[in-house]
Amino acid sequence: MSFLKKKGSCHETPTVSQTGAKLVALVGNPNVGKSVLFNALTGAYVTVSNYPGTSVEVARGNATINGEHFEIVDTPGMYSILPITEEERVAREILLNERPHLVLHVLDARNLERMLPMTLQLIEAELPVVLVVNIMDEAKRMGLSIDIELLSKNLGIPVVAAATAKKIGLTEIRAAIAGTVPSAVNRFNYSKQMESDLASVADLLKGDYLLSRKSLGLLLLQGDGEVAELVRGVEGGDAPAVEASVKDKRFERRESFHLDLSMERKEIVKRILDGVFKAPEKRVVTFAERLSRWTVRPVTGIPLLFLVLYFGLYKFVGDFGAGTLVDLLEGKGFEEHINPWMVQHVKALVPWESIQELFVGEYGIITLGLRYAVGIILPIVATFFLFFSMLEDSGYFPRLALLVDRVFKTIGLTGRAVIPMVLGFGCDTMATMVTRTLETVRERVIATLLLALAIPCSAQLGVILALLSKAPGALLVWSVCLLLIFLLVGLLAAKVLPGETPMFYMELPPMRAPQLSNVFTKTYTRMQWYFMEILPLFILASVLLWLGKITNFFETMVRGLSPVMAALGLPKEVAVAFIFGFFRRDYGAAGLYDLQTKGLLNPRQLTVAAVTLTLFIPCVAQFLIMKKERGWKVACGIGVFVSTFAFGSGWLLNRLLLVTGIL
Amino acid sequence: MKLTDRAEEILEALWIESEEKGRGFAELDQMEIEASDPAYQELASQALIEIKGRRIYFRPEGRDEGRKTIRRHRLAERLMMDVLNIRGESGDMKACQFEHLLNEGVDLKVCTMLNHPATCPHGKPIPPGDCCEEARKSGDLGVVPLTELKSGEEGDIAYIQTEDGKKMQKLMAMGVLPGNRILLMQAFPSYIFRVGFSEFAIDTAMAREIFVRR
Repeated sequence: MSFLKKKGSCHETPTVSQTGAKLVALVGNPNVGKSVLFNALTGAYVTVSNYPGTSVEVARGNATINGEHFEIVDTPGMYSILPITEEERVAREILLNERPHLVLHVLDARNLERMLPMTLQLIEAELPVVLVVNIMDEAKRMGLSIDIELLSKNLGIPVVAAATAKKIGLTEIRAAIAGTVPSAVNRFNYSKQMESDLASVADLLKGDYLLSRKSLGLLLLQGDGEVAELVRGVEGGDAPAVEASVKDKRFERRESFHLDLSMERKEIVKRILDGVFKAPEKRVVTFAERLSRWTVRPVTGIPLLFLVLYFGLYKFVGDFGAGTLVDLLEGKGFEEHINPWMVQHVKALVPWESIQELFVGEYGIITLGLRYAVGIILPIVATFFLFFSMLEDSGYFPRLALLVDRVFKTIGLTGRAVIPMVLGFGCDTMATMVTRTLETVRERVIATLLLALAIPCSAQLGVILALLSKAPGALLVWSVCLLLIFLLVGLLAAKVLPGETPMFYMELPPMRAPQLSNVFTKTYTRMQWYFMEILPLFILASVLLWLGKITNFFETMVRGLSPVMAALGLPKEVAVAFIFGFFRRDYGAAGLYDLQTKGLLNPRQLTVAAVTLTLFIPCVAQFLIMKKERGWKVACGIGVFVSTFAFGSGWLLNRLLLVTGIL
Repeated sequence: MKLTDRAEEILEALWIESEEKGRGFAELDQMEIEASDPAYQELASQALIEIKGRRIYFRPEGRDEGRKTIRRHRLAERLMMDVLNIRGESGDMKACQFEHLLNEGVDLKVCTMLNHPATCPHGKPIPPGDCCEEARKSGDLGVVPLTELKSGEEGDIAYIQTEDGKKMQKLMAMGVLPGNRILLMQAFPSYIFRVGFSEFAIDTAMAREIFVRR
């Protein structure tokens, strides 16, 4: 059969980019360690996590091996070369159009049987494939044994055993990249019926392609729109004949083509694994597995969740980050050393009072902007991201997702939304970006709304926790209020917005002890992103507030807001915090912190102000991302709703507290 | 020796009169098939029935045969309705023709496929066959959705039934393939199952679409 022969001349020269580097593509299922391998090979850093589907974008980096340059691409996880999701499409694009010098298929040793069908597909496509059987260390711990040599022999391609997280197998992988790996020769055949159906399509393909005709034929038969498009372009005048044949066969096998193909592949894999894969009679139950059981059973899972929240969020982020560290940086560092020094020097250098104000005045860039950003926000956000990264790498989030799925269904979301929601407690802006990973537009809108309304970001949370912890009842009222509002608004949104909640399904990665180096790097990159994003805004806010002050516009606004403040039972100075809050929510909370230290608020006022401010419109950055992700209409709608709702709730809460006299 | 279709119908009618209504016999004059029909002779000569005066009685072997015949009839009705979705009169008629094909082990297969039904679409009991007894003894309830498994129970994936083709592909790519062993680990608040060395969490709606043979 013609499509089984060696490919034409065009396939022998792999892609060489402008820099002269050969392309190496990392492909494989989600969560098998592609990103770790990428980082090890390139020395660059892409976010690595123990959560399936984290790499949504293609990362490219360079590696030099034996003096030769290579371009390494890390692709989003894919289950098969027939793409279903957007990420998989992006990954397949590279195989389809970029002609790699080498394809490294990374898979999880424990799930060899499940993941080998994809190796078959790569071999079938006659790509130059090397199989990396990763996570061998954990497989060994479970008592699995894999005969790598026999596997390599059975597959007919080079196979490397590795544990990339432990830096095992990297030398072999580098050697494989530096060497010349020939295009794989397909030696597996399907049933006679399948082969003949396939041939009736593949034999009609006459053009030059990067993938083998057999592979393309199968993709066509599976109804791959992109490949159909490609073939239409390449075949030109012969395309209608191909299309007709594809239609014909697809109709003939309409009942169960996908299933038949999967089953046949499964059979082939079974033959390949004969004598290769050995599992112990009795499953070895590791501590991680037991821990995993505890996290997912409601009886133990919910107390565990509270423990995680108490120690992670309250103790570590609240007490340590927002307490100890803020006192140290803001109290000792800025108030006692940096600010006085700065004030002194600026005053000595700049004779004009209004310019002095710009830098070291009440709203000065240094005394306010920098102090807030570095002294208050930075330690809180840093501790939060550290906490978040630890949880992420431990594999806890997918388990949390399944635990809350039922509750989230009532508010129109699935357990999947747990990631943006928890991330929202770190930075709502970042979380709004992550809502992209949710399946339906409806879910994305609901998640965006809830993030904008009821999820306080870490900086805000840290400050509010620090504020309210002085009045224990206040903290309780605040938490109950927000939880109720979160559920109520979610429930309403789910009722009002048309559409159905999609089904929930998720792979549970094994729980593992987070690797500190990875956690730190990840925290660092997130911090970097965050800081780059907030610092300019803080400085801009300082400048605008300064402008507002010298033009008296600021005074006017505070006066304009004072009836609103009065309605909420708050002193008019709180208006300042709300105006700050417009620039960033955390900024506003920090403003409240200032008022509290001046002793201007009683517990009731503090609670009302804290609730209103938490609900109040998102910061500028979040609003801009909302606009970018959801469009003007939705963003503005959410903005208006959230503002009115915030003040409405504040008013109601104030009345309620006055009447009941709780605080 | 295989009975004629008419003889089988007589056995069915006699079963209803004699066993289900509990009268112990059937009136020859009230039978739909006329008394002159040779089928009576056929049954009598095989020692399945006995005609005394105007009454028909089962002989021991006949009772057994009658039970099997009525079982085939009602299984055929179930098959028409549950699987082929043919209802009403047309369903009854087709069932009448179909039942005669359900011998020599075909009834066993149909019964297993239908998961050993206890009643026909009209609510009449289907006498259990050996396969039903065996299934009851071994606790084999046939093919059930994943939601019917208790946590800790294992089975083989029989098939996936979903309207959404993409979801099915995804499930298959994840290793949820017919023939694979599946272990249900937890059923609340979400379903957690293991296939091979991987674990997955799905919601109830999705668990209803995965069918498992216990």
